[in-house]
Parts: sequence; C-alpha cells; structure tokens
Amino acid sequence: MWTLGPIDFITPLLLLGLIVLPILWILLRAVPPAPVKRRFPGVALLLGLTDDESQSDRTPWWLLALRIAAVAALIIGFAGPVLNPKDPQSGSGKLMIALDGSWAGAPNWSARMARVETLLDEALHDDRTVTIVNLSDPPSEAAVFTSPSDWQNRLANVTPQAWQPGDVATWIAAQDGGFETYWMSDGIDYTARADVLSALEAKGVVTVFQSPRPTFGLHPATLDDGTITMTATRTPTGAIATIPVAAIGRDPAGIERQLQLVDLTFDQGASDGTVSLTLPTELRNRITRFEITGQRSAGAITLADDGLRRREVALIAGHDDRERLDLLSPLYYLRKALEPTADLIDGALVDVLLANPDVIVLADVARLTLDETHGLITWVENGGLLLRFAGPHLAASDLGRTDEDPLLPVRLRAGGRSVGGAMSWGEPKTLAPFDEDSLFFGLTVPDDVTVSSQVMAQPDPTLATRVIAQLADGTPLMTRKIMGDGQVVLAHVTANAAWTTLPLSGLFVQMLERLAITSRPSTQAAETLAGTTWLPTRVLDGFGRLQDGQALAGVDGATLIGGIPGPDLRPGLYDGAERQIAVNVIGADTTLAPAAWPARIAVEGLVTTTETALKGWLLATAMALLLIDTFASLLVGGRLRGPRADVATAIMLLFAFTPDAHAQDDAAAIAATTAVVLGHVVTGDQATDTEALAGLTGLSQRLFRRTSIEPDPPMSVNIETDELAFFPFLYWPITVEQPLPSHTAYGKLNRYLRGGGMILFDTRDADTARFGSGSPEGRKLQAIARSLDIPAIKPIPQDHVLTRTFYLLQDFPGRYASRDIWVEAAPISAELAEGMPFRNLNDGVTPVVIGGNDWARAWAVDRFGNRMFPVGRGSAGERQREFAYRFGVNLIMHVLTGNYKSDQVHVPALLDRLGQ
Amino acid sequence: MGDAFWQYRPAQSGDEARSIDWRRSARADTNFVADKEWQIAQSVALWVDGSAAMDFRSDRTLPTKADRARQLTLATAILLARGGERVGLADGQLPPKRGTAHLQRMAALLCEPSDGDYGTPTADDLPSQGQAIFVSDFLGDFSTTQIAITRAAAQGITGSLLQILDPQEEAFPFDGRTEFQSMAGGIRFETLSASGLKARYIDRLAARKSALAELARQTGWQFHTHRTDRTATSALLWLYQATQGHR
Repeated sequence: MWTLGPIDFITPLLLLGLIVLPILWILLRAVPPAPVKRRFPGVALLLGLTDDESQSDRTPWWLLALRIAAVAALIIGFAGPVLNPKDPQSGSGKLMIALDGSWAGAPNWSARMARVETLLDEALHDDRTVTIVNLSDPPSEAAVFTSPSDWQNRLANVTPQAWQPGDVATWIAAQDGGFETYWMSDGIDYTARADVLSALEAKGVVTVFQSPRPTFGLHPATLDDGTITMTATRTPTGAIATIPVAAIGRDPAGIERQLQLVDLTFDQGASDGTVSLTLPTELRNRITRFEITGQRSAGAITLADDGLRRREVALIAGHDDRERLDLLSPLYYLRKALEPTADLIDGALVDVLLANPDVIVLADVARLTLDETHGLITWVENGGLLLRFAGPHLAASDLGRTDEDPLLPVRLRAGGRSVGGAMSWGEPKTLAPFDEDSLFFGLTVPDDVTVSSQVMAQPDPTLATRVIAQLADGTPLMTRKIMGDGQVVLAHVTANAAWTTLPLSGLFVQMLERLAITSRPSTQAAETLAGTTWLPTRVLDGFGRLQDGQALAGVDGATLIGGIPGPDLRPGLYDGAERQIAVNVIGADTTLAPAAWPARIAVEGLVTTTETALKGWLLATAMALLLIDTFASLLVGGRLRGPRADVATAIMLLFAFTPDAHAQDDAAAIAATTAVVLGHVVTGDQATDTEALAGLTGLSQRLFRRTSIEPDPPMSVNIETDELAFFPFLYWPITVEQPLPSHTAYGKLNRYLRGGGMILFDTRDADTARFGSGSPEGRKLQAIARSLDIPAIKPIPQDHVLTRTFYLLQDFPGRYASRDIWVEAAPISAELAEGMPFRNLNDGVTPVVIGGNDWARAWAVDRFGNRMFPVGRGSAGERQREFAYRFGVNLIMHVLTGNYKSDQVHVPALLDRLGQ
Repeated sequence: MGDAFWQYRPAQSGDEARSIDWRRSARADTNFVADKEWQIAQSVALWVDGSAAMDFRSDRTLPTKADRARQLTLATAILLARGGERVGLADGQLPPKRGTAHLQRMAALLCEPSDGDYGTPTADDLPSQGQAIFVSDFLGDFSTTQIAITRAAAQGITGSLLQILDPQEEAFPFDGRTEFQSMAGGIRFETLSASGLKARYIDRLAARKSALAELARQTGWQFHTHRTDRTATSALLWLYQATQGHR
C-alpha cells in the first residue's frame, strides 16, 4: 500500500508505468496517422500531383493529449487506487463488544450496529472469539465468547433499552480471564460509567467508539396557569439549534395525531431550551405525550399523565338565602383546595351538566328536580364523579330514608348525630386509619382531625363494601357507590368546618387528590403515593415506542416518583387506583453530560468512511477517452467522409443525441388521450409486463370487434413517472418482487381512484389462498393496498352490475376459473325490491376489482393475433377463454358506462333475456 | 430503286412510262407512279469498357459504372435490332447480325470482364461505313482513345462516346492522409491531405472531358457524360438519338 493523500494504491509499482508516457508522446508524435486505403478509379488523374508544403503529417496535439490521458488513466486504474482506505481494527485474543445500549444511542442505532458488524467482520478475519454485551441489559449468566459469525446472526436482537446502564461493574469483574473491549459509548455520562471503565480496564485494553452527534432529551412538561412549559436538554452544547417538539394525542375520533407542533430553540452554548405552549383545555387534556420529532429515542419522549390534565369541577351549593361570611360558605374550603389545580365551573346545575365537567360537587344539596336528577344520573353513568357533602339541609331532608336514592351511596338515617357538642355526650370522634383496601390507604391521619356531627348511614348488606373512610368508632365517614362508568361519593360531613375540622387539614386536600378531583405535578405528591402499588400499562422501549406493559410486575408508589428508570422501573405509564402517573426517561432535574474519557483510552468515531475503489471509474474513463479517440482519429484521418462515412456518422449521432424526453411525454399524452387507451401498471418484471401488455392488446381487439368501444393499442404505465389520469382503466398484475410505490405514487394512485379510475388487481395465483393471507402475491397486494384509498370490499354479489354491463355473466374466469372476485361493497341500505331480480344499486363505479384469475394471459395475443397461452383443455378451455374475454368486455363497459345497466329501466329487457 | 413498295405518287413529266403503275392509275383520272425503296440495314458496332475501373460504385444504392454501361448498351442494341439494324461488338468477337439469339449472345459477352485497370477502345474490326458506340469512363490513357477514334473516323465510321462516371469521381470528397489505389491495384497514389488535391483533380477531370469533346468534334462523333446517380433513361435517349442522327 502506498498512500497519496486520501488515496491508497494497492499495487503502486504499476505507477512506474507513467514514466513511459513522455516516450509514448514522442512516439505518437513521430508517427503520423495511418493512411486510409481507398479504391478509386480516378487515381489515374491524380498521378503527378504533389501535396502542399504546408500540410502536416503529424498527429494533432489534442489527439495526442487524449491518448496520453487514456493511457495514464489505464495505468493509474490498474495500480488500484482506493479512496478513504479503511484502517482495520486488528488484534487477537478474546474480544468483548460492550454497548451502552441506552436510549441515547437509539437515534443512530443502525450506524452503531453497522460499526459493530464491521468490528465483527474484522474479528472474523483475525479469528477472534467475541461476545457482545448490552450494558443496559447485561446477561444474567457469564459472557459466552463464541465465533463472530454466531453474533452476526444474533445482532438483530440487540436493542437499546430505555434506561442507562446500572451497576454492571461487578458482573464484568466476575468474568473469567482477560479480554479486549470495544466499547460503543452512547456519548452521555452516567453514574456507573467510571466503575464499568475500571472493571473493563482490569480485563484488558479498552477502545471506545463514540459519535459526536448531539443527544437531545425532553424534560417532563409542566403546567402552570394553563400554559404548558416544555424544557429540552442537550449534550454537547454548541451552536444555536432549533428542534421541533410535537404534542401528540387522540382526536375526538380516538385517532392518535399530532395536536400541536412548536419549535424549541437552544441558545448558543446553552444546554437547555424552553418553549411554552398555550392550548385550550379541551385540547390540552387530550395530550398523551410530547416528543422531539425525528429523534427516535425514549429520551426524546415525555409522557403526559394526570399532572397535565386539569379537571373541570363544578361546585354547587344548596340554596342559601342568607348573607353570611365566606368562611361559613359550604364551598369555601373546596374552592381553596381546588382552585390551584382544577378549573372551577359555577352556575346552575342544569347549565353545568351541559358543560360535561369531570366532577360535580354538591355541598349540602338535598333537593333536586326530576330533570336534574335524570341529568345527573346519565352524567354519572357516563363517567362523571359526583361528590356530595352532607350538611344541615341533607340531614333535615327525607332523602334516602326508606329507599336508596340513586344519587346517594347509602341509605341515611333520620337526623344524623352530634357528638362532643355542648348538648351531647362524649368527645368529638377522630378518624380511623385507612384500611388496606381503601382508596386512601397510605395517607396518615392527623390527630387533630375531629368530627362532631355527621349524617349516619343506615346499616345495609352493601354498606361494608361502600365505606372508604370511617371514624374511630367504625361509623362510616365517606361512602362510595359505582354507577355505570362513574361513581357517587358521599362525605358524611360538611364541606366547611361546621361539623368537622377535616377541611382545615392537609388530609382533606390529599383525599381530594386520591379521588382524582385535583391533580398536581407528581413530584410534589410523592408522600401521597406511599403504600400504593402501581401497574405499568404501557412502557417505552429504547426507541421511544410504547409497548404493552401489562405483563410486568407492579411498582411501589414511593419509588415511582424520583426513582431512576431501570429494568425494575421501566419508563412508561403506570395505573393506580384512580390515576395515571408517567415515569419518564428524563426527569424534571435530569441533566445530560457528555461522556469524558481519560486520555489513556483511545476514542474512535462511529462513522467509518466507506472505502471507494477508484479502479473501475478510472478504467471507464480510459475507455471513454479511447472511444472519443476512435472518432477523433476517424475525423483526422478523413474516414468520417467518403464511403461508409454514413455508418460512422450514425454511430456518432447515436452518442450525440438522446431522445428529447419532454417531446416524448407530450407525444405519449396525446397518444393516450386521442382515444380510449387501456393501461397496465409496470411491475418491473419483464415477462409479466409483456404478458400484461399482450393481454390488454387482445382485450382491445375484442372490444374493437364486438362493441362500440374502439380503443387504441394499450400502453404500459409507470405509476412513478407517468400521468395516470389519461387511463380509464389500469390492469395491475401483482408480482412478489415489485417494489412498493413511493409516497408521490400513492398520492397519484389515490387521486386516480377518487377521480373515477378503476384498477384491476390480479394476483395471478388462482386465488388459492382464498384472500387473505397465504399466497405471497396476496400478501404483496395487501402491502400495496395498505396505503391506497380503497373502500370496503366484498366478494362480487350475484346482482352486481358487472354481471350484465354487456354480456350476462356469472363467472369471471381468466386462465384460472376461481369464483371469487372482490369489488366495492354495496351500501347496506340497498334492498331487494319486490319482483325485481336486482337490488337497486345505482351509485358508484367500484374503484377496484381484485381477483387472481390471471386474466391478462387468457386475453394475451401476440403481434399476429395468435393466442399466446393455452387456457384449459380443448373446447371447454376455449369456452373459458371466451368468458374471460366477455369479463374483460363487461369490465371495460362498466368502467366507461358506469351503472347504466343497473338502471331499473333495463330490467324488463334483461328479464326477457334471462328467460324469466 | 429497290423492290419494296414505299408510296404512290402522281406521275410527273420525266417519269418513264414503264414506271407508271397502271393498276392504280386505272382507278383514278391521273397516272400514278409506285415509288419503291431500297432498304439497307446499318451496322452498329458497340464497345463497352469491361475493365476493373468500371467496377466501381461509391454507394451501395448506386449501380457500378460497368452495370450502367452494360445496361445502356444492351438497351440500345435491342432498340436498334428492333429497328432492323445489325448490331455487333467492336472487338470482333461478335460481327453485326440480327435476331434474338444474337442479342442474347451479345448480352453474355458483355458481361465478361476484361483485364487491366483501364479499358482500351479497339477500332480494328469496325464495319465500314457503319456506326460505333463507345461506352467507358475514359479515365485511362487518353492517347489510346484518341488513336482508336481517329482510326475509326478515317474508315468513315461515325459514332458516339458515352462517358460514365460515378458521383464520387466528379466530387472527390476525400480528406486526410489517403492512399488511393486503382481498382485492380495497379496504380497507387498516396497523399497526406486528400482535400488539398480536390481542386486540381476536378480541373484535370474537366480537362479530360473537354479533350474528349474536342476529339468528338474533330471526328464528327458525339460525346456525352452520364453520372450513375442520374436516371439511365436520359442517357439511353441521348444514345438513341445520337445513333439516329448519323443515319
């Protein structure tokens, strides 16, 4: 190898050949071009003539330069120049390829894997044994060093995790023997990294591969006064950068879409960038996650939980006609507790119901009108939470005395009770600790919460299950009843401090939170989560995709907040009793730092410049130069004129002129639009395309002979480049190898289908798989049709207009005679009229017909009009071919005349022909 | 004179009484004389250059000069034979005769190529007081042509010279270093730049044509140049008329 700048030469000795170039120059210059020998009878007249003195017999300098350049290109080409030669990693002994394998490496995971593959190739070349370890997901047993080819097959199973590597240093230290390590770093620092590094260095040499690519992370969004604030962090810091951040959620139809897109800008040298977003409450409550678009990593996603949602709470108090102090108002403490975290709605109950709030609080409301009762019941059954507080009015009313009121969880005893008051015995009662199965389990009960009055629940068989909080003496304090999708909760005390001190305590707020009436940023609520168990419903993988997490074990609530994500606490959504909490890869105070390596560690880039062998290019250049030289020599030697000059000129013209593509386009468009032209989609398979074109030729001839449709010869249509609108009908044979259309082609196809075009899909597999699945062509068709705007389809019904547009048909055979072909489903409303053989189906031409009968080959004729493929056997086969033609005629008639024959006007004539 | 009836004409003074055709005169008031004519056939000798130089064409779509020459000659021979003349070949292989078989034999002989780069007209066996047609490119040695024509004229023979040329021979469209060879390879000429010779070649060709025309004028012959890319009919018409004009 001999290196010249970025170019290496494989056999540099050959370059010595360049020395001969000057000699060649002199030689070529000395030798004039060889004379043309011409037979010419007029030579007798030439005898005695002499050439002018000025005529040069030397080869022109530019021709010489051309030849020298060609020879130089040949010599350099054979010397084997290589651009960006690869510098292979070489070594011997056992090799561990350790991957950080965290979310930070996910965006360029494929590049990482490509690098690992290269390393494996090199290890294979050096005959080393290898093991690959994902430090984020270390194997439980000892590492197995095997042949690199084993790992090449298993490489696809190595995926990034949604957390950073934990303590793997002990695992590494436990491995036997020494080994060299290639460490694919994700480029960001984490706590265990230094330990891992020292553990690996104890085993052998460590080389780090790291990409300088910036890593972006998105902090959890915070909600403050209706404004969502999103903070993103990056490492390394650098120039001003702008990243798009999308808010994603479900639209009213339940389909996940991007609800909002904002640009987040990092200032010069800043590690954090912030953007605020103000959205209507309705929209905001729909957001399920934010993500940095284009970053395929779990760190670029932050899941939104209840903390982002603000409940709409309607506060309704019993009518009080008395002026009184605010502190005595039944709603005062509720308002104080809810105002920071919920949107409060005031108004009459009937009006409030129309707004469909999340929660309605009825404080000491006893009487409801019939309308209000029905409205509330419907609202609760649809998922509303009705929270009622007792009070003097409720205690005085007859509500729920004899029968259970639908809007009360329990029956109430008349009058209630007072304890510890001036006129009663005993001390005010305190609250009992919450049961383990209670909604409030885990909340500590302050000593100073007392209850002096309450309404009493009537003992019932159901009472025990409905109590969620009780007093120290066992009387129910809060009861709850599930109704439909919603629930009714009754606090047996007032919402103000008249009967109890509960509203004065912090417990009141925590209880409201547990009831999911208020929701606060989860970090502040850590203490309220103690003792609860949360089940993961959806968890993130390293690429930021949400996966089902139902199979994973539950997590203690205390670790949920502030815990570091890891295998035991996977980032994702966790469901508690009433609420949902998101665990994000990047917490509110996570900072990203670039991984810094000691000077003794060799750090290499991830990107390997691919080496480019220039030999082919140089040789091609030499050939091109020699070709030019051929013509130039002909020109200089006078061979481009005189006899046989026409041949040379023709070849020259062939090189000089390429057909004018634009003019061709226009010509094709004119040809396609002057008459009806059938088209087939080019599949890329030569044989299939030829057959399809021949098939349409045969069909066009039949149409010409039998009907008033007189089509021009069919055309091949490339859906990527050709205009589709010119063709009323496209035949699309499905081959397994054909590529999926591009996005623009799909756009064109969908426009075409919506604009009234028809496509006949032919899987040409005799429909052996019975649609759906089995055959490769069927699967290909499914893949192609997935992005097409195709309506609901079903097997062709007996009364479809396709059965009678020209011929009366019931079968649609091609080369195969499978029964089913699929067309657009008829509207459900279509009904069979009395005495009519057909349903009244007057609207719409089916945009697609799908079958597998290989029609093109049944129709196909060669250029002499002979049939190209046999159909069936003997006269039965010919009959089948005839029916294939009839199907084609009917199909084109259907395309061109629509549902004309579906008009009931034709029924008598058709009945006559059907002999009914 | 003669014995073949030509026409009746009214008798004039000076006509012998025995020359009056009484049978015709009996049917009219005046006397008629039956004029008779004496029919004598012309002998036409043909010479076609069959040398290698004639076997040339510059383009696949054109006939070779020899083909065109034979075609014209044979067509003229057939026309003359239909007119009652006798045609033969000037080189003595075929004396002037009439008849279809004779023409076929002539056709066969015309197709035989002769040796040498350039043809030499022969005037040895020409019928006296007859006519001759010489067809060639006349690009060879001019003196041989001159000698042959002069000798023929001395014998009282008139005739036509038809020069047949290829378009390339008139245009000389060559360029670059070229080695020209005669068709049989006997003559070679090499030039470094053919285009430099073009004007001088065309001058020489014009000189040759004018020399031939001058020779024809002096001997009372006729001269015409035909190019193979022109229609053969015009040359045939000229040839036929030239033959008629001498009768």
